[in-house]
Amino acid sequence: MTQRYALLLIVMIAIAGIMTGGIAVASSAPAAAVQGHGDSHASAPVVPEAPKSTTPWWVWPLALFIVTFILGILAVLGGVGGGVLFVPIVGGFFPFNIDFVRGAGLLVALAGALAAGPGLLKRNLASIRLALPVALIASSAAIVGAMIGLALKPNVVNTLLGTTILFIVAIMATAKKSDFPVVPKPDNLAQSLGIMGIYREESIGKDVEWTVHKTPMGLALFVVIGIMAGMFGLGAGWANVPVLNLLMGAPLKISVATSKFLLSITDTSAAWVYLNQGAVLPMIVVPSLVGIMLGSMIGVKILAKSKPKAIKWMVIGLLLFAGLRSLLKGLGIWN
Amino acid sequence: MSSEKTKASEEQMAYAKVLNFGMWLGLAVLIVTFFIYLSGVMPGFVKIDDLPKYWTMRVHDYNVALNAPTGWGWAALVGKGDYLNFVGIAMLSGLTILCYLVILPILIRKKDTAYAVIAVVEVLVLSLAASGLLKVGGH
Repeated sequence: MTQRYALLLIVMIAIAGIMTGGIAVASSAPAAAVQGHGDSHASAPVVPEAPKSTTPWWVWPLALFIVTFILGILAVLGGVGGGVLFVPIVGGFFPFNIDFVRGAGLLVALAGALAAGPGLLKRNLASIRLALPVALIASSAAIVGAMIGLALKPNVVNTLLGTTILFIVAIMATAKKSDFPVVPKPDNLAQSLGIMGIYREESIGKDVEWTVHKTPMGLALFVVIGIMAGMFGLGAGWANVPVLNLLMGAPLKISVATSKFLLSITDTSAAWVYLNQGAVLPMIVVPSLVGIMLGSMIGVKILAKSKPKAIKWMVIGLLLFAGLRSLLKGLGIWN
Repeated sequence: MSSEKTKASEEQMAYAKVLNFGMWLGLAVLIVTFFIYLSGVMPGFVKIDDLPKYWTMRVHDYNVALNAPTGWGWAALVGKGDYLNFVGIAMLSGLTILCYLVILPILIRKKDTAYAVIAVVEVLVLSLAASGLLKVGGH
């Protein structure tokens, strides 16, 4: 059964690869022609020449829907947020400008977080006491990140994005996780804010009490995480979880759930900046959002029967490829 | 089995309730408006056939080329198929602000001053981001 799912997934990825590859070739000339306007940063009004695209418009949202559907499955199976896969892959292999891809990436990550949030909060796995102080720092930083990101040239964004994705690959490949980190004593800030809780850990049939430490250092790191989330349009679960779990000492389940909930706040602030700048195209956003949400639902069903380690390495491989693509695109080596 | 002490707090449950309702509502509005846009019942600000000419541009160039609105300027164009979709997007993006406003009275009633202040500041930060007052330079 697992083999059938794996085979199905590989076939779908191959189809998506052929589609996006073919599309990229078919559209590379017009894309380059218009991209030239963007790179020139002309201050005078730009009147675009109508490039002769051989690809009908509807192919793009359709391809986007198929690719994001597969990304939704992979994101669940690989334990990552949709945004971190979406931005480098769609930015690297679709003709959309990276500004619109980042705007869509934030909304994709935001929608996933909004959808997961209520269940996680009700089950007391996402903690509002842990999330609120962190969210204030991260969401403020995400606004700054979004403004920086929209002011940078596309090649700089792609280079930095590629480097960041490769860094994420390194984190995913090497980072350890701790189910129940030992927190000898909460720090003063955690104590005064009452950052603590109790949740039911079904796997061991016990109630687990938790608190955190090293809160000031954790909050400082969320400044960096927020800036990166806003700058690249990535959900930041890949960074949230290690900081909450390994540094601050929250149990793994609390860290994962609170991280997901946190994205609904962090990405909101950055999404508004992109929205207000006009960097949101419904034709890119809606198929992506629906594709990734449907894919996530299927992913949850496959999850029970999949081999998590194999999928994790598949996701790491995919990110490595997409990260290299962004980096080489940014450096002008692979356009 | 959840005991009394493992239950989520009152403000957490209130936040979850509003988030759940708002998320489904926003998503439904987004999908419905997108189909209206695709159907052509309401013509878009940019003709769908012309979109591939523009989506390769940087957002600044796109705005200049099409004289597209920034900030809340889209609200005046909701009669256009493409900008109609912004209603659902704005609902999803504004939902967190509403959730904070819902839990604020609970935090005040509980005399949880630190978290009430955090909630107020967060509302101000998100409102500033949503206001359209922040301009991006560098072009």
